[in-house]
Amino acid sequence: MVDAAILPLTVTKAVVRRRGKVLVGPISAELETDGLTIVMGPNGAGKTTLLRLLHGMERVSKGQLTWQVPEPMARAAQAFVFQTPILMRRSTLDNVAYPLLVHGVAQTDARARSADWLERVGLADSGSKPAHVLSGGERQKMALARALIREPQIVFLDEPCANLDGRATREFEDLLAETRAEGTRIVMATHDIGQARRLAEDVWFIHHGLIHEAAPAEAFFATPKSPEARAFIQGDIVE
Amino acid sequence: MNEIVEGLLKAGQLILSLDADLIEISLRSLRVTLTAVLISSIIGLPLGCWLAVRRFRFRRFVIATLNALMGLPPVVVGLIVYILLSRSGPFGVFGLLFTPTAMIIAQVIILTPLIASISHQAIRDLWAEYHDLLISLNTTRRQRIATLLWDGRRALLTAALAGFGRGIGEVGAIMIVGGNIDHATRVLTTAISLETGKGNFALALALGFVLIGLAVAVNLIIHSLSRTERSGRW
Ligand SMILES: Nc1ncnc2c1ncn2[C@@H]1O[C@H](COP(=O)(O)OP(=O)(O)OP(=O)(O)O)[C@@H](O)[C@H]1O
Ligand SMILES: [Mg+2]
Repeated sequence: MVDAAILPLTVTKAVVRRRGKVLVGPISAELETDGLTIVMGPNGAGKTTLLRLLHGMERVSKGQLTWQVPEPMARAAQAFVFQTPILMRRSTLDNVAYPLLVHGVAQTDARARSADWLERVGLADSGSKPAHVLSGGERQKMALARALIREPQIVFLDEPCANLDGRATREFEDLLAETRAEGTRIVMATHDIGQARRLAEDVWFIHHGLIHEAAPAEAFFATPKSPEARAFIQGDIVE
Repeated sequence: MNEIVEGLLKAGQLILSLDADLIEISLRSLRVTLTAVLISSIIGLPLGCWLAVRRFRFRRFVIATLNALMGLPPVVVGLIVYILLSRSGPFGVFGLLFTPTAMIIAQVIILTPLIASISHQAIRDLWAEYHDLLISLNTTRRQRIATLLWDGRRALLTAALAGFGRGIGEVGAIMIVGGNIDHATRVLTTAISLETGKGNFALALALGFVLIGLAVAVNLIIHSLSRTERSGRW
């Protein structure tokens, strides 16, 4: 959709505040053009807020985000998969087609591309079903297809496998790996350490709204620097 | 008990014989209320949706006012419309008092807050569900409202039907502004009121059953029409 590269993204001392309380930040970080970043941390650490901040859905009360292109253009080349999939009161096919439809793509074209995507994520037979009858795993696949249909340069995923069983998780991870292989930048939150080990190229460990550690995956899992990260990887309870 | 059975029989008789007076006042009831519902929906549905999506300073106040207006006593609405439309009133020159138009005006005032309020609630819930997705997709306010109106169309239909239910059974306001004039402004509810006053319970009941039947029929027709849609499962 957007031809110019929007990445890398530079985050400078960005802070998200709600009712005077700092939820996340100050965050300074860089998202390179290529890669799969896993955002890890315990419940309430600020993973969701951080991803929303990067996606431009949270008001930045201090600091800034710098994309390579102006903000509105950068937004059009991003997508977000939410922790609980948002089901529109439409058929699965029309749910996936919606991002195209709302931005003016003709119905037949949008539906055809939606059907292609449903096939890719293994939902070819579910197009005519209303979205709310899909199973948990199918819903997340639908949400992924809907996120990818505009061919974003970067996609944020917020614990997409939190409620999925083993097989559904593996299928979803396979789709992610394919997406990654096609050059889409991925930033995903999870607190499943196994999943982080399987997928991560680099890891951001976040705790109390701050990035405690940002490191290549191998280094992070071999020798976590902060005690909290070490405890988290070992499966201890981090407070 | 006897009177109810008698009323039912009488209702059957009136309907089967295609009683001219009955048909006339039934059609007038339908015409007045359907017109009022249509006008109220054109105002109330987008207003409700707009209130759900738009944040502004007096939003809470407007919503509270709307909810309060929903409980307007019809007799008082009738009285005010009467004063406004009476010869000495500001709109007296139009000569609308004791016409079906006056009845429609009164019903629009009664139904619009109801329809706007119900649709506001429905769209607010839908907006809460859709909010993050629509924001993430960088939609404009116009696109959001269009999406919400379309995906919420069943709830909006319910709002319109609730308005119809309230309107078709309403008697206080239309009695005052319409005057229950035979062959001019008599409708089912005012006729029932009149016949009850005269002690014709069987006839009054018969008209009552016709009224109920009419309300049920309109609901069924509209629901079955909307169910023939392909995605009609909500
Ligand atoms: N709208 C809000 N108003 C006030 N506080 C909020 C709001 N949203 C989130 N918070 C707080 O911000 C903190 C971070 O929340 P966030 O949802 O980002 O955590 P998370 O890491 O995604 O947690 P989880 O693993 O449970 O999803 C929490 O303490 C939460 O209570
Ligand atoms: Mg979260």
